[in-house]
Amino acid sequence: MGNFFKDNADLQFTLKELDIAEIVRLIEQDFRYSSAYDTAPRNIEDAKDNYERILEVVGEIAADRIAPRSSIVDAEGPKFANGKVDYHPLTLENLTDLRKAGVMGVMLNHRYGGLNFPVSVYTMMTEIVSRADGSLQNIFGLQDIAETISMFGNDEQKDKYLPRFAAGELDGAMDLTEPDFGSDLQSVRLRAWQDENGNWFLNGMKRFITNGCAQVHLVLARSEEGTSDGRGLSMFICEKCPQLVVRRIENKMGIHGVATCELQFNDVPAQLCGKRRLGLIRYVMSLMNGARVAISAQAVGIAEAAFREARKYAAEREQFKRTIDKFPAVYSMLSSMKVKLTAARALLYETTRAVDLRNNYSQLCDSGEATPEQRQLSKYYGKLASTLTPICKAFTTEVGNQIAYDTIQIHGGTGYMKDFPAERFYRDVRITNIYEGTTQLQVVAAIGGVIQRDLDKRIEELMAIELPPHLAVLRDRVDNLHKKQLAAVAAVSDRKDSEYHDLVARMLVEMETIVFVALLLIRDAAKCADRAAIAQRFVIDGEVDFYAKYAKIMSDDRLLARNNRDIIDY
Amino acid sequence: MGYRILVFVKQVPDTQNITGDAMTPEGTVNRAALPAIFNPEDLNALELALELKDRYDAEVIVATMGMPAAAEVLRQSLYRGADRAVLITDRALAGADTLATSYTLHCCVKALGNIDLVLCGRQAIDGDTAQVGPQIAEKLKWPQICYVEEVRSLENGRITAKRTIEGGYEVLSSPLPCLLTVVDANSPRPMHARRIMKYKRAATASELQKRDPENADAAIAALAADGLLIEERNAASLGADPGRIGFPGSPTKVKQVMSVVLTAGEVKQVPATEAGIGELMHELISDHTLG
Repeated sequence: MGNFFKDNADLQFTLKELDIAEIVRLIEQDFRYSSAYDTAPRNIEDAKDNYERILEVVGEIAADRIAPRSSIVDAEGPKFANGKVDYHPLTLENLTDLRKAGVMGVMLNHRYGGLNFPVSVYTMMTEIVSRADGSLQNIFGLQDIAETISMFGNDEQKDKYLPRFAAGELDGAMDLTEPDFGSDLQSVRLRAWQDENGNWFLNGMKRFITNGCAQVHLVLARSEEGTSDGRGLSMFICEKCPQLVVRRIENKMGIHGVATCELQFNDVPAQLCGKRRLGLIRYVMSLMNGARVAISAQAVGIAEAAFREARKYAAEREQFKRTIDKFPAVYSMLSSMKVKLTAARALLYETTRAVDLRNNYSQLCDSGEATPEQRQLSKYYGKLASTLTPICKAFTTEVGNQIAYDTIQIHGGTGYMKDFPAERFYRDVRITNIYEGTTQLQVVAAIGGVIQRDLDKRIEELMAIELPPHLAVLRDRVDNLHKKQLAAVAAVSDRKDSEYHDLVARMLVEMETIVFVALLLIRDAAKCADRAAIAQRFVIDGEVDFYAKYAKIMSDDRLLARNNRDIIDY
Repeated sequence: MGYRILVFVKQVPDTQNITGDAMTPEGTVNRAALPAIFNPEDLNALELALELKDRYDAEVIVATMGMPAAAEVLRQSLYRGADRAVLITDRALAGADTLATSYTLHCCVKALGNIDLVLCGRQAIDGDTAQVGPQIAEKLKWPQICYVEEVRSLENGRITAKRTIEGGYEVLSSPLPCLLTVVDANSPRPMHARRIMKYKRAATASELQKRDPENADAAIAALAADGLLIEERNAASLGADPGRIGFPGSPTKVKQVMSVVLTAGEVKQVPATEAGIGELMHELISDHTLG
């Protein structure tokens, strides 16, 4: 009997130390729900107890049921014939187990039969499921669809769909990408038109749609004829029907368990969700930001699985009469992987905290009940979440890839073979820094916040934590990096050269990430002495990386901006 | 009117994860060193009951006989979907062998009344006797189907079930009421999140008494009002004969418990000839290994 929550000390530490009281009070409306719903918590301890218990259930299902099925699911995958997608029987068993555990409506409100859990806890489940089977996350994680309907749909839509999502009877898909438009969503062409009675119909193509065979779809479509930008797009809800045709499923490198579909909309009946013209700029951005957090968790989950596999193999494999984990070349890789994994998780849950606070304060503002102070907080957490989300997505998914890469390296030739799961982790994690916006696009989304110094207030708070001397020394080193980061940001802004700005944006975002994550790890080391070595190692490695980038930016080398074309064309 | 299904479950020491101090120096099981778990095949019995509830109109009652701490397996049953839970606990029940246990449990079936179906796991991993289920049926004078894998139907006062037998299976039909013992042939459902959030507060009166003796009465009343008080029964409330329960009612006396460690002993080569085999057979029969 395994348990992917109970065997994971870092994840348990994260839950225990999660600064969640404010979130719980907001989400449970100061525990007013407890008088109406017998499942609602009565106080913060009660809520945290619920979170822990349900994470244990998901941890057990992941370890004992999902993980043992994952290699067969990967090898065989779903089938497609005559326009119909059939999931692998073991994938269906996975979903049945999760449905029976009642965790298909984790974030939905009590009134819809959901658990009313914060994003932070849902993200932990996502991570646990991903560790067991990376591809299953793509179906489990589509709870974001229900969450989006919950946030922007009308009452009739909520009552119609949400209880069935919570019961696990419905699954969802978000239909955004088209054959010609992926990152460039504002150019989406799928047409939404109305008949004389005001009924909406959808017409066009969508591509790379995860779980495109779902029963309920959220579709980004052009509702305003004659427009060509994002403001002509609206969001629609439609259901599986004969007019919605799955044309094919993709043959992918990884995440084989989930069907990625090409869809043809032949005048599919649909309902408008939310207001016209806000489809992309408000709703899909919100949906995508939620999905970016989920993909970060997917990457962390796969990385966790990969690291454990690497560590286990290195402890068993003997060469030169010693297990290979005794060799500096190998154990230094393992410790570096562990530092990256811990760093990624720290950033992930710092991000979900901001997301939870943003979501709840913004909901309070929408309800018109917010005090001026709460409006202020809503604005603050809005900025924090929208800067941290892309930084988190970029860092966790790149790190996830590095860890899976090193896992194969530690396995040597064996890691290249299909007999071990190492190669599957590598294939599965490879999509995470691509979909829901590539790392390059996360940099575009994050750089504004870095230039505007959106994280500085939080950085200041983290700097102010009282520390024992050995950690204070580390903090001072990070403080030094932070000062240099401010100088680098000023230098780039002062140049007022947008192409140069774009060229160095990734470096600046990564430097910001090093400073921020270092402070999170120092904070955690102050709570748990065993984590000091991890914080120290991150700072040492991070400094090297930081200074290299800093030197490059401060050299003010014009060639950096000019010679790319010459090099490519040589 | 739906069926009333009673499932007997047991809290047992986890013999799957034996550590060094699992046995006391006296050779008895050191229960304190082993985590207490839900007896695995009782989970299969509960799952079968819950599947019947999904298929037919039924109420699933779970009962256990044990220490007050055994209330935990009842809560876990509620998390999985049971409607009602009963803890049978009484110092007078201590030291029961399978005869006294089955007598007590048969009293429980009678005391609850109108039970259509009793389900038990095939056997418990601490005793491995597989006797309690069949003995309950004997005492109730009910028909029984043992080693059940699945229930084919529950209709018109009859149950049809598939049971495993050596080298195959057979399908038997029986009138109700009836008792089944269930083997490890289904996959017990996980605990349900919302049920955990609801029933985690469920407790027995004695648990509340232990937690906070001064305010126990108010706590009991509050829990009962929320429908979360786990029923407790003792020998008297089951109408059990004091002479047939616990230690006095148990003719089985444990003479000695031995910790047997199997090691490879002497190796003997047997020639692969008629004579060689014949000699080996003779030796095995004469030392009573065979025959």
